[in-house]
Amino acid sequence: MSDHSHLPAWREQSLGRRLFLQVSAASAASAALVVAGCDTSSTPTPTVDTNQILLPQGNQGMLYYAYLLSLAKSTTYQKVVDSPPGDLPAAERAIFADMRDHEVVHRETLKYLIDPTRAKALFPSDFAFILTRFTLTSRAGVLAAALQLEDLAAAAYPVIVPFFTTSNSYARTLLLKMSTVQARHAATVRDLLTPGSFADSTVVNSTGQLITKTPTEVLAALAPFLAPYVLSITCPDTNPSTDPGLCTANG
Amino acid sequence: MNFFQIIDQLAAVDPDVLDRFDSRRAVFSSLGSVAKRSALAATPLFLGALFQKAYAGTTSTPVDVLNYALTLELLEADFYRLFLAAGTLPNATATAAITQIKKHEDAHVALLTRTIQAAGGTPVTGTATTGIRFKPSAFPSTYAGQLRVAQLLEDTGVRAYKGRAAELVGTTLLTTALQIHSVEARHAAHIRLMRGQLPWVNSADDLATDPTYTSGVTGTTSTQVTTAGGAFGIPAYSTASPAESSTVIGTVPLTTGITTAPAVYSAADAAAAFDQVLQPAEVVDASRAGGLLA
Repeated sequence: MSDHSHLPAWREQSLGRRLFLQVSAASAASAALVVAGCDTSSTPTPTVDTNQILLPQGNQGMLYYAYLLSLAKSTTYQKVVDSPPGDLPAAERAIFADMRDHEVVHRETLKYLIDPTRAKALFPSDFAFILTRFTLTSRAGVLAAALQLEDLAAAAYPVIVPFFTTSNSYARTLLLKMSTVQARHAATVRDLLTPGSFADSTVVNSTGQLITKTPTEVLAALAPFLAPYVLSITCPDTNPSTDPGLCTANG
Repeated sequence: MNFFQIIDQLAAVDPDVLDRFDSRRAVFSSLGSVAKRSALAATPLFLGALFQKAYAGTTSTPVDVLNYALTLELLEADFYRLFLAAGTLPNATATAAITQIKKHEDAHVALLTRTIQAAGGTPVTGTATTGIRFKPSAFPSTYAGQLRVAQLLEDTGVRAYKGRAAELVGTTLLTTALQIHSVEARHAAHIRLMRGQLPWVNSADDLATDPTYTSGVTGTTSTQVTTAGGAFGIPAYSTASPAESSTVIGTVPLTTGITTAPAVYSAADAAAAFDQVLQPAEVVDASRAGGLLA
């Protein structure tokens, strides 16, 4: 997480406004000043990295985060459906078509939850999930890509759902309903890749609980696919005794 | 790090943040930590009183929710015990899968039992011959029949945990419950694949009309559910849960309400993209898991 995320003035800006600022000459100049080495004892000036995207605070940021996961999967599966590898059997192509559909439904539902008018651009216009790091030209490559994304999403949901309190129970219920479909996807892809690995010890611990991942871990795993953009989320609490696992491992 | 800034950031995410500085809430939210759970177990009466206080005025406590979950886990664990003993499993692959699932259900029973004890509650119990267990007369004789029941039990579990998640909000017990819930969904997907079904609930399922996937009954009062292995409270529920075929979120139709262009997905896909909730009284109804209890 970059330091400027802790400055109240920075946090108060909406994502849209911040993105706008990122391309403005003034912010480019202030970034240059910091790079040039201004007096460290003066009031800190936000260093504006034009590719830095800080997700909004609170529940809205978690909806963006879930949206990002569905964007990653829907983009990947659309490519698989459009140009399936020759060695991907028809039955498995049908599985990917279904998963593509589920992810599009999730993506659009999350976009609706973030902005019911659907008018707002959630990310910059050239923001994309980059597929070139995957090998989507073979069955093995497709399944490896899907495994990585599905296990990430399945591990992400149990961490963010508890943050939706009674004031946002509607979104929480929808995320809950999506979370187990993510888990079904993950188990399916695991079984396709290695039969019987649907819930093996790499994803389920000795007490029978899914091993979760914090947003920081998930965003780090996704980072190579989002270049040049760098996404970060504000950790509300880094104390393991009170943080229900958003940013620290939960026992 | 600026202290007030931390408070500010916390408040943005959790409006109840100031309550957490109250010792009651601080103890409460640390319950999910294994290390602390054992320490807390030394003061069960104190903690039990905290739960009563924290949830005074509501119809059930977290212990009720966990005992409800434990009831379902005991039922599943006993079912898989019978499944492994039935001698119908056709090959080593199937045996390994059912053994793996049984191991998880046993782990869930142990985890929930420990957690309830740490919270000062009395866990419901069951063995192969007493308490909460699978009704022997309901156990199918064929492999296909046994897998069918396995699918219904797993998909019921997926819906059932959702139905009580709201009652655990504000505690780390919710994360624990969701971690179990997610594993149940993985089991359900695998059992479905073993049966030659799609791994997600969909309109083409051979069991689509089973009560497990339909809407339920309503009741306006909270009540106490008594089983052979103990009792737990369940809240009032004035609206039946949505059927699995539902394509509406709240009041918004998924097929037309959330995309500007014509939807690229079918109504069936939209329904399959969400696992629906089942409320506790629907789950313990004789038409669903309740009918499988001995």
